[in-house]
Amino acid sequence: MSDYDVCDLPGIVARWHHDPANLVQILRNVQESCGTIPSDTLDRLAKLLDVPRVRIESTASFYAFFHAESHGAYEILFSDNVIDQMAGKAELKQYFCERLWLEPRKLSEDGLVYVDDTADIGLADQAPAMLVNGFAVPALDKSRLDLVAELIRAQKPLAEWPPMLFEIPDNIRQPGPLTGEAFTPGAALKATLARGTEATLAEVDAASLRGRGGAGFRTATKWASCRKAEGRAHYVVCNADEGEPGTFKDRVLLNSHADLVFEGMTVCARVIGARRGFVYLRGEYKNLLEKLESVLARRREANLLGQAILGEADFDFDIEIHLGAGAYICGEESALIESLEGKPGKPRNRPPFPDRCGYRNQPTVVNNVETFACAAKIAEKGGAWFAAMGTPQSAGSKLISVSGDCQRPGVYEYSFGVTVRQVLIDCGAEDAHAVQVSGPSGTCISFREFDRRIAFEDLATAGAFMVFSRERDMFEVARNFTHFFAHESCGFCTPCRVGTSLLRNIMDKLAAGKGSAYDMNEMKHIMHILRGMAHCGLGHTAANPVVQTMEKFPEAYERRLKRLDFEPAFDLDGALATARLITGRDDEWAHLAEEP
Amino acid sequence: MTKTFTLDGKTIPFEEGETIMEAAAAAGVYIPHLCHHPEFKPHGSCKLCTVNIGGRLGAACTNQAAEGMKVESETAALNADRLALTQMLFVEGNHVCPSCEKSGNCQLQAVAYHLGMLTPHFTHFYPARDVDASHPDVLLERNRCILCELCVRASRDVDGKNVFGIGGRGIRARLIVNAASGRLADTSMSVTDRAAEVCPTGAIIRKRHGFTIPIGKRLYDHHDIAEVPVAGIERPKRD
Ligand SMILES: Cc1cc2nc3c(=O)[nH]c(=O)nc-3n(C[C@H](O)[C@H](O)[C@H](O)COP(=O)(O)O)c2cc1C
Ligand code: SF4
Ligand code: SF4
Ligand code: FES
Repeated sequence: MSDYDVCDLPGIVARWHHDPANLVQILRNVQESCGTIPSDTLDRLAKLLDVPRVRIESTASFYAFFHAESHGAYEILFSDNVIDQMAGKAELKQYFCERLWLEPRKLSEDGLVYVDDTADIGLADQAPAMLVNGFAVPALDKSRLDLVAELIRAQKPLAEWPPMLFEIPDNIRQPGPLTGEAFTPGAALKATLARGTEATLAEVDAASLRGRGGAGFRTATKWASCRKAEGRAHYVVCNADEGEPGTFKDRVLLNSHADLVFEGMTVCARVIGARRGFVYLRGEYKNLLEKLESVLARRREANLLGQAILGEADFDFDIEIHLGAGAYICGEESALIESLEGKPGKPRNRPPFPDRCGYRNQPTVVNNVETFACAAKIAEKGGAWFAAMGTPQSAGSKLISVSGDCQRPGVYEYSFGVTVRQVLIDCGAEDAHAVQVSGPSGTCISFREFDRRIAFEDLATAGAFMVFSRERDMFEVARNFTHFFAHESCGFCTPCRVGTSLLRNIMDKLAAGKGSAYDMNEMKHIMHILRGMAHCGLGHTAANPVVQTMEKFPEAYERRLKRLDFEPAFDLDGALATARLITGRDDEWAHLAEEP
Repeated sequence: MTKTFTLDGKTIPFEEGETIMEAAAAAGVYIPHLCHHPEFKPHGSCKLCTVNIGGRLGAACTNQAAEGMKVESETAALNADRLALTQMLFVEGNHVCPSCEKSGNCQLQAVAYHLGMLTPHFTHFYPARDVDASHPDVLLERNRCILCELCVRASRDVDGKNVFGIGGRGIRARLIVNAASGRLADTSMSVTDRAAEVCPTGAIIRKRHGFTIPIGKRLYDHHDIAEVPVAGIERPKRD
């Protein structure tokens, strides 16, 4: 599968122009060819790139997909969003481990297989799903896992596995202007060149386009400010990190409408005067890389990228794809830029924002995949056409990624302003009890609020729409999200580094039936600290799932409270677990009796 | 005319480009902090210096002062939140003050006293962290590290050595050193480095000097941290 000889470090480093800014890409290639990133490689890389080893180790140890120990010839990572769990992930994982005689998080004795969990991989419409050596396999069931187990036992190289295992349908259930209309590559660029850059910016402004990545910042304002900012070079960055659990609409746009996205980036480049652009593609979407590279190649051939685009002498622009390596925080725009510069993905101090000080401290526009797709459409069809859709504060259409308890999970494109109830009817979710809008960092709404609307002025969303039926335990939903945030906190600031782990521990304590009302207040207290003092959006929102479910589904918590006042966190019997494991005992006398 | 803003009602002059923390320090006003040090580039990670800037919370050490800004710092609510952050720092590591060489000179301990911390409040994590005694002159006691990155900045920006860095992420973040062995002895660290003396806690300690000043006679044994001007805290000279 690999393009490199085993650990041809000089070759890999040369391919990335000996530039330490490309360290994340270099480490990805090292791991793809060696299977691991061994300690001595860090020293060799330090010499080749002429940077201190400690910097390389910082980066290598930050990303979840990099590891120094061998994960064998087959690394299997089960997606662990609550949607995967609802679809039977835990049982299937256990089934798979038993078939291959292995334990999770332990390399098999023959050194062949390693099984673990990973954060949501962007396939909630086809859950449960997993990654095999970084390539996504959706819609798991016993028979598909049997097949995978056989292929592994036969030690078949991944390239020879049946392609149907890796087939990922788009599941576009309700098409719209972005997902349903044909687009002729070059159409938006031709319109831009004919109209001129000022006028194109004015169209984006007239369209009232707002960012689709979550925050909803006005795109024209961002572009105009970047265009004005002085710098040695300007950059365009497409945020394709799509790490929010339950979101997968960017996956579909990139799979089937990549021209629209690349064209939007190129229009932006023309407006701000950029010559280089990046797509920061989450590592979990590695399966899309080849296809995207071929679309880029086709666009270069058609003179839609490269030198003198469409014959315009002063219009040079090209796009590189960089892959992430398992870090949700790299969706935050300044952490993304740090990652593009080869560093751990830790959010910067802002201001200054990227529009003035982004990639290599130069003016940079960072926009979501869908935002660029909208921009291309606007450049082609005009701002008025776009603004005619949606509501006054939320113009245009919005892609929604629907998953969970419904008959037709997939991507739905609506005009902004659609009610939650309408989405539920369309996807076949008669039994819905709660919806998590915009993922764990978004809003949990109960059945009492289904008339609320998807729009910036009501339920702002980056696209996730996870449906939970009456049977689901909303406490467990929140607990899953709490684990997610604790795992994904970058660790830079005190409140989030410590607070997310404290929250996770308290939720686990409640799950073990050892919680009290004191713990509930404690979680509210931690939420208050996170909201006020955390450094970035991850920390600000990390307690939302707990606090919102506590408020909207109190019975899910009350059921679990052992005492109403206080219950110590230290579990005497639990402390003996290791001793039981070592001695192989689990009889009555190996347990401490619970006090009545 | 000098520009000014107000801090808890007091008028504070500032120079263009100065942070709230710098201007406050120059005016002799203490804002609790741990990762800030006037000689180094602001970092903004401990969040102890969080203040209310015209209704919005932000770190005083990274937010620039602006004309007419209204900043609140010494409020009961903010100090309660700072206390919680300090407690988080305590439970995240292993801080055994009575047996620590730095006790009495430690800023973490001193801030805790200043904020009236009586208990750690949160459940201890009791993490397993490595102690590195390999270096002949410098002890690295990671149990006491609060990840402020002052040693990282000092070694990189002043000593020009890059001895320290942060590895891992989230609650597993840890101090790492520039050596394949992971041992401080195998780095270019020298006891005369700036990085050897910036640590606000007892995580980086000069060996054989731990008790030259007896406990009870140390800096914060007699002064609240708010009264003690940290060396170099005056307004940095500009040309
Ligand atoms: C923790 C965190 C994760 C984020 N993840 C993403 C993401 O995966 N994709 C995205 O487009 N924006 C993400 N964002 C928002 C970006 O920081 C940024 O606002 C966005 O890319 C701007 O593009 P837009 O204006 O087109 O929405 C994230 C923000 C935070 C705080
Ligand atoms: S809030 Fe969390 S993710 Fe954001 S900087 Fe702080 S530790 Fe990192
Ligand atoms: S060793 Fe000291 S100076 Fe360095 S990061 Fe830890 S607490 Fe800060
Ligand atoms: S002193 Fe400002 S964040 Fe640490």
